[in-house]
Amino acid sequence: MLRMILKRLMIAVPSLIGVVIVTFLLTRALPGDPAAYFAGPAATQQAIEEIRIKLGLDQPLIVQFGRYVQDLARGDLGMSLTTGQPVATDIRARLPASAELTLLGLMVSMLIAIPLGILAATRPGSLADHACRVIATAGVSLPVFFTGLILVYVFYYLLGIAPAPLGRLDTFLSAPPQVTGFYTIDSLIAGDPEVFFGSIKQLLLPALTLAIFSLAPIARMTRASMLAVLASDFVRTARASGLSPATVIVTYAFRNAMIPVVTTLGMVFSFLLGANVLVEKVFAWPGIGSYAVEALVASDFAPLQGFVLTMAVMYVGLNLLIDILYGVIDPRVRIEA
Amino acid sequence: MSDTTAPVGAARPASGIAGLLRHTKYVLSENPITAFAFGLFLLIVVAALFGPWIVPYDPYASNTAMALKPPSAAHWFGTDQLGRDIFSRVVVATQLDFFIAVSSVALVFLMGGLAGVAAGFFGGWTDRVVGRIADTIMAFPLFVLAMGIVAALGNTVENIILATAIVNFPLYARIARAEANVRREAGFVMAARLSGNGDARIVLTHVLPNIMPIMVVQMSLTMGYAILNAAGLSFIGLGVRPPTAEWGIMVAEGAAFMVSGEWWIAFFPGAALMVAVFCFNLLGDGLRDIVDPQRRT
Repeated sequence: MLRMILKRLMIAVPSLIGVVIVTFLLTRALPGDPAAYFAGPAATQQAIEEIRIKLGLDQPLIVQFGRYVQDLARGDLGMSLTTGQPVATDIRARLPASAELTLLGLMVSMLIAIPLGILAATRPGSLADHACRVIATAGVSLPVFFTGLILVYVFYYLLGIAPAPLGRLDTFLSAPPQVTGFYTIDSLIAGDPEVFFGSIKQLLLPALTLAIFSLAPIARMTRASMLAVLASDFVRTARASGLSPATVIVTYAFRNAMIPVVTTLGMVFSFLLGANVLVEKVFAWPGIGSYAVEALVASDFAPLQGFVLTMAVMYVGLNLLIDILYGVIDPRVRIEA
Repeated sequence: MSDTTAPVGAARPASGIAGLLRHTKYVLSENPITAFAFGLFLLIVVAALFGPWIVPYDPYASNTAMALKPPSAAHWFGTDQLGRDIFSRVVVATQLDFFIAVSSVALVFLMGGLAGVAAGFFGGWTDRVVGRIADTIMAFPLFVLAMGIVAALGNTVENIILATAIVNFPLYARIARAEANVRREAGFVMAARLSGNGDARIVLTHVLPNIMPIMVVQMSLTMGYAILNAAGLSFIGLGVRPPTAEWGIMVAEGAAFMVSGEWWIAFFPGAALMVAVFCFNLLGDGLRDIVDPQRRT
């Protein structure tokens, strides 16, 4: 098992190197002269030159790349012009908000999609099967920001049961003392049910938006792989041996059917992390996605670079985790490794 | 032999317009949903081509006396905060969104398709380089990479097209590579080589046309994604700028009015976006079922 994890880690290394090279190239591809850009519009020629030397832009590209990697190794992602803080600090402060939202969205999505996919596969042609097909096609066609706005209109404006789409907590509640950065967990640790329910209320709509968006691939994959497994020899043997349908589906078919579903999670995360940016904008969610969007509006470049890099590193990490999880569910992978 | 490797029902070079029509009729009668999607597609094409001439109002003319009016007989989709007719804006926007989607898909077909075919056909270092590039792109969440590219290269429509093409590169390269790889030893390739054709000529005039059906399906499937991607980018303020009529930016403009009950400003452009993406996905699924029935899910 340990050997497999080490092997997967080695596979992730080239991806990380690629990510660092691409983000470096994106910083150097800034339109116009970066030195003039960082110096501001009122800078003199001499000031621009000074900044060029200070930033190392007069050096050859490979030397610049070396400096960039050195900065990264020290956790230095540059300064944000809008907040006046180091980008790494900003991102660390805002990351829990994004993570809480994305993880809850994924949980809601799996809670709906996996049972739906199983139902559709065990009863082909039933209502659940048709529902699964409609959701799978409609889900990928819905622009995620549009779903979010519709939910806001229905649940906030028309029904009045959801809070205003403005951040993680109502203004009259104060954030719980930080332990994990997840308001739901922190408020439970602090034993504050009011803040807990307040944060759940705020989370619900954006998480549901993300869930609707990521339902489709999970439901579709669950259905397809469940169908394949149910038609296999070992399921037939289990049935012939007189095991109850529930045992066959839960202990025999389900575990085997989950293997391809876990693989698709990688793709789901790619969509989810991107959709997160749009959802955060719709719900004024103070995560790293809206941080990047604010930086974009202000043409503040360092936060955006930091954001792209953070997202990519997280994504590589998530894929690594999925690979390891894959080995946990499927012993054959462990033997091969 | 080409007959055993080419997918069943793949477009045989039909002779002239009659053959093309016959094939289209076959494709449409096979599946009514595909026919429906095809009808929608024609509607989108008409809106994209003739939009500016068929709309009832000037999409850019503001009329503050008529601001924020709900849908009515005069303004089918209502008016926005500047009194512009939303129906006219939604129809006119089709052109820009369609243009972005078509050009990014064409671009990624050129980049990814050719790179993939070369990788699958030649193998060796070409394969490794293309594979490495695709892996690097895949290491990013795609929308995030597109954001980074547009922000770095400059906030223009061209860069949105380029960014959308780049994030789709791995998908095209992989499919083209796999398809070219199974054909490199095919009889028709050997025959072409024996007749003295060079590698470049074999790739471009023999292998590439053979994998076209599958690539066309892929293009249709990614059109929807390309529109969503471009609209998402303009929703967060990248690429297209106001007052340009474009679905993503119109939804962004209407977003603030959603909480005060003026739903129609964001709803109609969002719905147009949804219908367009839905149409391309259905069309792609239908085409795939015909070209490659084994992958039907």
